[in-house]
Amino acid sequence: MKQEKNSVNLLHKNYLHSLTIQKRWVRFYQIVIFLLFFSSWEISSQQRWIDPLLFSSPSKIWKLFLEKIQDGSLMSNLGVTLTETIFGFLLGTLLGTILAAVLWWSPLLSKIVDPYLVILNAMPKVALGPILIVSLGPGYPSIIAMGAIISVIITTIVVYTSFKEVDPNYLKVLQTFGATRLQCFKEAILPASFPTIISTLKVNVGLSWVGVIVGEFLVSSRGLGYFIIYGFQVFNFTLVFLSLLVIAVVATIMYQLVELLEKKLIKE
Amino acid sequence: MSFLAIKDIHHTYFTKASATTALSEISLQIEEGEFVSFLGPSGCGKTTLLSIIAGLIKPTQGTILLEKKPITGLKNQIGYMLQQDYLFPWKTIEENILLGLKLSKQLNEKTKNAALDLLNQMGLSGIETQLPKQLSGGMRQRAALVRTLATEPKLLMLDEPFSALDYQTKLKLEDLVSNTLDSFGKTAILVTHDIGEAIAMSDRVVLFSPSPGRIHRIFDMPDELRSLTPFHARNHEAFSGIFQTIWKELDSLETGKK
Ligand SMILES: Nc1ncnc2c1ncn2[C@@H]1O[C@H](COP(=O)(O)OP(=O)(O)O)[C@@H](O)[C@H]1O
Ligand SMILES: [Mg+2]
Repeated sequence: MKQEKNSVNLLHKNYLHSLTIQKRWVRFYQIVIFLLFFSSWEISSQQRWIDPLLFSSPSKIWKLFLEKIQDGSLMSNLGVTLTETIFGFLLGTLLGTILAAVLWWSPLLSKIVDPYLVILNAMPKVALGPILIVSLGPGYPSIIAMGAIISVIITTIVVYTSFKEVDPNYLKVLQTFGATRLQCFKEAILPASFPTIISTLKVNVGLSWVGVIVGEFLVSSRGLGYFIIYGFQVFNFTLVFLSLLVIAVVATIMYQLVELLEKKLIKE
Repeated sequence: MSFLAIKDIHHTYFTKASATTALSEISLQIEEGEFVSFLGPSGCGKTTLLSIIAGLIKPTQGTILLEKKPITGLKNQIGYMLQQDYLFPWKTIEENILLGLKLSKQLNEKTKNAALDLLNQMGLSGIETQLPKQLSGGMRQRAALVRTLATEPKLLMLDEPFSALDYQTKLKLEDLVSNTLDSFGKTAILVTHDIGEAIAMSDRVVLFSPSPGRIHRIFDMPDELRSLTPFHARNHEAFSGIFQTIWKELDSLETGKK
């Protein structure tokens, strides 16, 4: 009996060990790909297998990175873009959720606006950019609006669907206690849809980056989007790549943060 | 005048595809403190009738009077426990059982303590801060009962409350519910498709026939069974005779359909 238990323990240990080993290999290959990518980029640029003017090289980008950190322009422009993105995606998610609540409140209204939602969702929202800039002026408001507008309709649709899918029996329980429609929304509909709202938050982070960068392309005065457009205009592709890499890193961090928030909020 | 008067209820569900008449010509009087069971094959409109009594569905015809007043507009006089517990998974047990009090703005120290006491009586002490998913099916069902009783409804309706439980838990809960209701002197309606449960727990058994749902027959339980707990009633010598009678009646309904 005891021996049996020991052998089970041993097997379990072996199993855990094999998991750790596998994990290490995965990490190893990930690092190899990373190094391979950047070193081959560097080498092919130095050997002029690719046009260094167009494709720059990691070392040049690094040098520019240090330079832009030192003169403070990278941080200030990143700050601008980051602020716009955060406001954009929070606003988009909030507005989308509010719109979804309005639709849930009035089933008739939701039937009436249904085709318009489909049209608005299908339309490429960035095409609204010029109109936004003209009406809100070329500055923060219009860029934040771009970041929000790109996610608001899809959020409305997704969250409204989740509102509708809440088990009607929970509402029935509340109604037996004489709950009003507002109480039903607060006690059942909203908390039951919380996981969906958080997961749209995750999607909206990505969408808002698109909206904000396009907005900065159009306004062209500050931010990483401005860096990209400027670099493109003066043919400084090192600046373009630097901005791209910074966006990739920061967007990933933001996504991870929202994911962390998600885990915290819906751990129960 | 009776406590609950169900007067000539008809109900038809309308959907795009069809119109289903779920209930027809339902009239019944229930006295205060009485325990009545609704028995019948599934689909004969038992849940529909409870929803109508609770005021959740407006019947296409007929009225329901509780103490001579129409039930529309009465709040928290009728406690209705659905077929499953429907405890809110994101609320703790305490939040769940206080929900009715909170919604009707009756939540204060006194009502809160009464609800927590009831939880204790149901053998659920020390789980106030747990979430529903941490409890077993029987415990959840008891918590749902506490939630329903916390607002002190005059009439309690239970829709197949024990159908998802294992046999042993079910027998125990039958006794517990029966005792609790007796001690509060509550009027109750129990929906079930278990003949034995209906006999063991009730003062009267109302047998429904399907399509459309009608009252087929009403059986009065003898006094010697009514005074016993459900568990002991099941073992009483009168039990099997009544069981046979009702079983034959139910059987004839089902063969009659074919
Ligand atoms: N919301 C609804 N819409 C349409 N038909 C319904 C609805 N609810 C119940 N029914 C129909 O009404 C009849 C009675 O249903 P129900 O009251 O649930 O019966 P029971 O509880 O006795 O099983 C069934 O034929 C069912 O299909
Ligand atoms: Mg039913």
